[in-house]
Amino acid sequence: MNKTLRIIFLSLILFLLCGPLIVVSGVSLNAKKRLFFPPEGISLRWYEELLTESSWLIPVQNSLTIAFTSSFIALSIALPLAYFLWRYRVFYARALFTLGISPFILPPVITALGFLSFWVTIGFYGKMFATMISHAIFFVTLPLVTISLGFESIDHEIVEAAETMGADSRTVFKTVVFPLIRPYMISGFAFAFVLSLNEYIVAYMVSGFTVETLPIKIFNSLRYGYTPVMASVAVVFVLLAVIIFGLIGRFGDLPKLLGAMNPENK
Amino acid sequence: MIGERPKGIRSHLPVAYPALMLGIFFIIPFGIMVAISFFHRQPGGFYIPGFEFTNYKNLYTALFGRTLSFSLFVAGLSAAVCVSLAFPFTYFITRMRRRTQVIWLVFLMSVLSLSEVIIGFAWSLLLSRTAGISNLMVWLGLMEQPKAWYPGFAALLFGICYLAFPYTVLVLYPPLSRLDPALPEASQTLGASPLRTFFGVIVGSMRNAIVAAFVMVFVFTLGVYLLPQILGRPQHWTLSVLITDQAIYQTNMPMAASMAIFFMFVSLLLVALTMVIGKGKKIKTQ
Repeated sequence: MNKTLRIIFLSLILFLLCGPLIVVSGVSLNAKKRLFFPPEGISLRWYEELLTESSWLIPVQNSLTIAFTSSFIALSIALPLAYFLWRYRVFYARALFTLGISPFILPPVITALGFLSFWVTIGFYGKMFATMISHAIFFVTLPLVTISLGFESIDHEIVEAAETMGADSRTVFKTVVFPLIRPYMISGFAFAFVLSLNEYIVAYMVSGFTVETLPIKIFNSLRYGYTPVMASVAVVFVLLAVIIFGLIGRFGDLPKLLGAMNPENK
Repeated sequence: MIGERPKGIRSHLPVAYPALMLGIFFIIPFGIMVAISFFHRQPGGFYIPGFEFTNYKNLYTALFGRTLSFSLFVAGLSAAVCVSLAFPFTYFITRMRRRTQVIWLVFLMSVLSLSEVIIGFAWSLLLSRTAGISNLMVWLGLMEQPKAWYPGFAALLFGICYLAFPYTVLVLYPPLSRLDPALPEASQTLGASPLRTFFGVIVGSMRNAIVAAFVMVFVFTLGVYLLPQILGRPQHWTLSVLITDQAIYQTNMPMAASMAIFFMFVSLLLVALTMVIGKGKKIKTQ
């Protein structure tokens, strides 16, 4: 296609994608309490409030704890599953893999309602660990897909070479397989972590009234009176995502993770 | 050692923990939800075990029908907008140098990971009377007075497209990056204009990928829950809002469960459609 046309089109998309982010960061730097753009005077007071006011600090802590624990649990489920599916051929492999990716395919409200009915029935509705486990299951898809991709990219000859040299399967896993899939594990963990931080409906249904996470806190403040702290939270979230995905892009193979066949072509 | 059959019960061991976790915390919750959808609701928010189709029969209301058709309509419309914008966009990205590609992908992933609540908040600011585009228009002399452009249908559509656009790009990225660069080259050597090459050759050879992406994005946008509440009016509320409302505020779990199951069947039907389309593609290339 025409080169100028292409540049105009790409800039337009970039502008549309950046627009909301620019306005939000402008508002977060506003010195006055009104949500106003362009900012009237620059100040970092809303960032300070985010880190000092307990009404914001508690959701920050809740969100970080839930995101960290749940992505760890998700990883612990995904790693043995992906390993097993790669190592052995079993008739139920396909079913297990589908089970692992289905929480992510369905509209989230369905999975969320399933979790709600479960935790209410067994009596743990409103507990933080219920949210942790629900998030772990909800996001297990991400480490499962990335780690499976990692296993698929392992050259079979390396594994065979190690076996020929007399390594048993535990040694092979520890010294050959594990180092090769480690970057995929980290990416899977990071994906799950970022998405859990941003997740609303599952956290809300499972324990929204007792364990306030950041997205829940933002939505509540949206409904009951605005404050520029919301904008500063949004900026922190964007920065966090940029840093985490930037690191994956820098040290990992992002085009391959996202499914390009031969990224080295260009 | 790879791809062999497991020997003995011990070698099945590594799969026991993941299977148990998924079984207990995914299949059982689902089973409970299905069961609740057949339970009998008592006034006051409780339900007792039973087996009746009342909840499903109660779905047949004007509100549910209207909400379902609105959800399908808005999801279909935003999926169409997203795919038609994201297709040329993704194509351009895949033809860039690897380093530039990675930067774009990092940016898109970051936008994609943003919570619906943050996107809703950002757009409500952008369309607001005090901090929005209309202020910019007034400043530029294009408008007399700043105006609030939300809540409303257009605001909702913008928000959903913003949410779904990065997802659409990521769905289209694998097939487009595998597109043989020789294909457009051949078309241009044979004298087709760049525009004609794009629509005739690239869009044509990617028809199945486009349809599959449309369905994926459609299902993705069916799940929006917060945006309709932030950017839309009550008549713009989607099925996700209605289900949550039934479950949390009306404490009518059996009703919410039956709605969710009905919703799941609609979504599964769409996913099945994607798979059929995917299969059709394989047969064609053989």
